[in-house]
Amino acid sequence: MRVSNLKRTPIFEAHKKANAKFAPFAGFEMPIYYSGVLDEHRTVRKAAGLFDVSHMGEIFVRGEESEKFLNSILTNDVTKLTDNKALYTVACFNDGGSVDDLIVYRISKSEYLICVNASNIEKDFNWFKENSSGFKTSITNESEKWAQIALQGPKSDEILQPLTNIDLASLGSFYFTRGRIDSTDLIIARTGYTGEKGVEIYLSPENALNVWNFLLEKGKPWGLKPIGLAARDTLRLEMGYLLYGHELSKSISPIEANLGWVVKIKKGKFQGSDVLMEQVEKGTKRRLIGLKMIEKGIPREGYPVLNLKGENIGSVTSGTLSPSLNIGIALAFVESNYFAPDTEILVEIRGKSVKAKVVRTPFYKPN
Amino acid sequence: MSYEIPDDLFYTKEHEWARREGNNVVVGISAYAQDSLGDIVFVELPKAGEELAQNDTFGVVESVKAVSDLFSPVTGKVAEINETVTKSPELINQDPYGDGWLIKVSILDDSELHNLMSAAEYEEYLGKEAKEEIES
Repeated sequence: MRVSNLKRTPIFEAHKKANAKFAPFAGFEMPIYYSGVLDEHRTVRKAAGLFDVSHMGEIFVRGEESEKFLNSILTNDVTKLTDNKALYTVACFNDGGSVDDLIVYRISKSEYLICVNASNIEKDFNWFKENSSGFKTSITNESEKWAQIALQGPKSDEILQPLTNIDLASLGSFYFTRGRIDSTDLIIARTGYTGEKGVEIYLSPENALNVWNFLLEKGKPWGLKPIGLAARDTLRLEMGYLLYGHELSKSISPIEANLGWVVKIKKGKFQGSDVLMEQVEKGTKRRLIGLKMIEKGIPREGYPVLNLKGENIGSVTSGTLSPSLNIGIALAFVESNYFAPDTEILVEIRGKSVKAKVVRTPFYKPN
Repeated sequence: MSYEIPDDLFYTKEHEWARREGNNVVVGISAYAQDSLGDIVFVELPKAGEELAQNDTFGVVESVKAVSDLFSPVTGKVAEINETVTKSPELINQDPYGDGWLIKVSILDDSELHNLMSAAEYEEYLGKEAKEEIES
C-alpha cells in the first residue's frame, strides 16, 4: 500500500507508461527524466520536446482596475500590453526583495492570466489578494482548473502547424491566442523557458492527457520526446534564465539579478520602486554573473566562488554540466567589482580551487 | 525493476562491487547504482599509490544533478585507475561491470571480501531498499 501527499498532474499516467523517473517537486510527483537528462536536453536543442508543466500556477486578475492594480505591484509596465500580449516581470516587496518572477498574459483590459512558479502559488495568491484591497479587482487562484504543456525546439512549429488552426508563423514572441489543437479548445502562447522556438499551451485538465498523447504521437516522426524537469533545468540554465529560490528570492532584488530590463522605474511608483531606483542609481554590493569552468569540474549550488587570491567573493546559485557545451557552467552572486566578463575566478569544489571565468549569458545561443 | 547482479562479484551497502583479480580487487558501481544516478558526467578517482581503508571514500561520481561519494569495499593500496572512464564517464552507465570499472586495489588479505554481500544477498538487499522507497 502506498500513501502519498503528493499531487499528480492530469498527465501522470502517460509519464508512468513512459517509465519516467519521478521525484517530488513543489508538492507534485513530477517526471524528472524518461530517456535521460542528456538525451532529453539534446533532443530539445536539435528536434523538439514536450514538457508537462501543469504544476505551475494560474492566477486570474479581473475587473476594471486590473491594469492599475497590476502596475502597482509588478516591476514591468503593464500598460504596454495589448490584448493577446504577455510580458515577463518580477513582483517585489517594499524592500526590493522578490516575491516571484512571473508572466502576465493580457486577455483583455479587465482580464489577466498570471502564470506563477509552482512553489509560490499559495504565497503569490495571498499576496495578490492582500495588495488588491484598494482596487476594483477580483483575484482567483485557478491553478487546479488549468493544465499546461510546453512544446519547445527548432522543429516545434513544423510539428504543431498541421495540428492547429492557428497560424504559427504570425504568432510573434510573447503573443498568445485562443485556438485548437485537433478539436480541443485551448490557449497557445509564444513563451517558453528553453530559449528554443516553441509554445506554451494552457488547457483544461480534462483534455490534457489526450492532447499530450496526441502531440507525442504526431511529433514522433520529427523526433519529439517527453522531457522531464532535469532537462528543463539544464536548458534554462544554458540560457541564463533565473529560477526563483536560486537567483531570485525574498532577499534578492531583480536589480541584483540582472533583471533591470523588466524594472520600469519611469512608469511611476510601484511596490519596491524606491529601493530599486536607489539600486539602479547607486549600484548594488553583489551582482549575478554567469561563469564557465576553465579547468575540469562541475560548479554546483552553494559552492564558494573565490578571487584569484583565494578570498571568498560569493557563491553559486545554480550549476551543472552544460550538455550542449560539455563544460561546467553556473550562475552565481559575486561582489560587484568581479562582474566584468573574462574576469578569472575560482570555484571551490570539494576543497579544491578550480579555475573559472565570468562570461555573459546566455551560455548557449540557439539557432 | 530488475538489475543485473553478476554472481562472481561481492557487493557493498553503498552499491559498489568488488572482483578478485590475482592480488588485486577491481572496484566499480552496480547496475542499480548507475541507474539511480542517471547520466554520469564526471568521475573523480584517487591517485595510484593512495592507501585506502575499507569504507573510506575514494572518489566521487557525478551525474548532471548530483554528486555521489564512492566507498572502498576493501583495505589496500590503489594499484591502477581507469583513465578511460575519467574521459568517458558514460561508460559507467553503459557497462558498469566491464569497461566502467573504476579502480584496482592491491590487497594483502582477502578476508574483508567475506564481509561483503554475495550476489544473492545484494539482490535481497535491493528488494528491501525498493520496498522502503515505495513505503516512504
